[in-house]
Amino acid sequence: MPIALEARDLVKEYPGVTAVDGVSFSVPEGICFGLLGPNGAGKTTTVEIIEGVTRSTSGSVYYYGEIAGARFRQEAGIQFQNTALQDYLTVLETIEMFRSLYDRQANLDEIIEQCSLGDLLGRDNRKLSGGQRQRLLLAVALVNRPKLIFLDEPTTGLDPQARRNFWDLVQNIRAGGATIVLTTHYMDEAQVLCDEIAIMDAGKIVTQGAPDQLLFEKYGDELINLSHGEIRRPNLEDLFLDLTGHSLRT
Amino acid sequence: MLQRIYAIFRGRNREFVRDRSSLAWNLLLPVALVFGLSFAFDGQRDEYTVGVLQAETEIDTSAHPFLETKYVRFVPYEDIDRALRKVERHQLDLLIELGPPARYWINPAATKGYFVEFALLQSAAPVTDAVAKVQIEGDPVRYADWILPGILGMNMMFSCLFGVGYVIVRYRKNGFLKRLRATPLTAFEFIIAQVGSRMVLIMLITSFVYTGTHLLLDTRMEGSYFTLFLVGLVGAISMVSLGLIVSARVTSEELAGGLLNLINWPMMMLSGVWFSLEGTGETVQKISQIFPLTHVLDSARAVMLDGATLADIAPSLAALTVLSGIFLAIGSAIFKWEQY
Repeated sequence: MPIALEARDLVKEYPGVTAVDGVSFSVPEGICFGLLGPNGAGKTTTVEIIEGVTRSTSGSVYYYGEIAGARFRQEAGIQFQNTALQDYLTVLETIEMFRSLYDRQANLDEIIEQCSLGDLLGRDNRKLSGGQRQRLLLAVALVNRPKLIFLDEPTTGLDPQARRNFWDLVQNIRAGGATIVLTTHYMDEAQVLCDEIAIMDAGKIVTQGAPDQLLFEKYGDELINLSHGEIRRPNLEDLFLDLTGHSLRT
Repeated sequence: MLQRIYAIFRGRNREFVRDRSSLAWNLLLPVALVFGLSFAFDGQRDEYTVGVLQAETEIDTSAHPFLETKYVRFVPYEDIDRALRKVERHQLDLLIELGPPARYWINPAATKGYFVEFALLQSAAPVTDAVAKVQIEGDPVRYADWILPGILGMNMMFSCLFGVGYVIVRYRKNGFLKRLRATPLTAFEFIIAQVGSRMVLIMLITSFVYTGTHLLLDTRMEGSYFTLFLVGLVGAISMVSLGLIVSARVTSEELAGGLLNLINWPMMMLSGVWFSLEGTGETVQKISQIFPLTHVLDSARAVMLDGATLADIAPSLAALTVLSGIFLAIGSAIFKWEQY
């Protein structure tokens, strides 16, 4: 598989803080790549450097072997963690506006159906529920038939039903051949959606690989004894806590 | 590129038009001000004003005993045509040239002119014996005629500065600019769309308010509507561009509001919105020339009250164009998408 995206030695320094400290990884075409880490690990900053909305102190980003530039902007779809949309615009008008910003344009009806927005087209952006809003933001990320999609903590704050629904949407998009870069706090989400993950802490990648492979490398056939007597196989959350520690992050 | 500019332009127009309270404020405030002020102050110019035809900018009060008269404001005029128009419009109660030959002009229909003439004739009989009298005919410029360009200009200034400056800062703060940056849209395209949207909206609103007040109050219009429209257009571009400078980097709405007020207030006080700057000090008049609103109001009043042509107001339009170029260049050079 060709490499869709490659980050090389990304560094982002703020006065007194190094938010991203030499991060490198590559994402093969067609997979879902998860960037995991506790609060303040540098996930969002890393992704925003790659997306081109934050300037790095040093390092480079390559899209299909070329420095990410005009082609990348045309072919990448982005769903930010927090995005404000224009007030007083309807769902349909918002999708149409963003679609008009690209040369590559997706079929409007297909996006609406894919994101289950058919009943909400005339509704004011400000009057959407959390799940509806996330579906709209995903639709906005899909308006250019993206080959590469960034989803930054897309299910944070959603109820379990909305989260499961969102997972289905992401799996459908991936089945269509798009490459996905997902950042999330939820280990179950990463386990379900991601083919490959990288765990970040303190601005660095501490491990990287397929979830099952990483679990095997760390634990082998080891079982975990829980305090109430239950015994089970280690999961991604155990790996995450073992690598990043149990202390509370602020 | 045009498709992207149009998409942002249309989105911003929809946002503005659907914000009913903001739209109503932009439409109703200037109308209410023109009506209120014209009814409150029409015909209540307290001070007597006399024009003195001379080349010098300072009036030598020792030149004639009349120039020492109390409660009369003496304003120097170099251009006789301009001064005579003011006598004709009752904006000057009397115009005097100390000569030789000494003479004065007066509009017999102007009530205050009668009393000022009386004061002149009484001030120094031996000298005034030689003063020749010339009569001028004309209708007065009412306060509504004079204040209308001021209110329209002020509304335009607020709308341009806050409608672009404040909105872009809000977009930056809430992350909408960041979202746009992740698309192929360039800073230039975004700025052009914002300027274009505000231009169309402000010209529509100003035209609507002008037409309404003009029809209802029968305000004076001596010049061409096209020339007046051009003054509004060039003036709005310069003020939108000024708003862009404030919004180019600021991330706090509070700071943006403060900076915009810092620009608004001097313009409101020193551009001739509420009172004429004639007769004020040379320094104040020079300072006023750096404000785009001064050029807009001078040109608009010249067109509306004196029938000035495009050629007459060309220097002001040129000044506005230069100011717009400077503001746009600075705004584009320092524009920043992100909040941090």
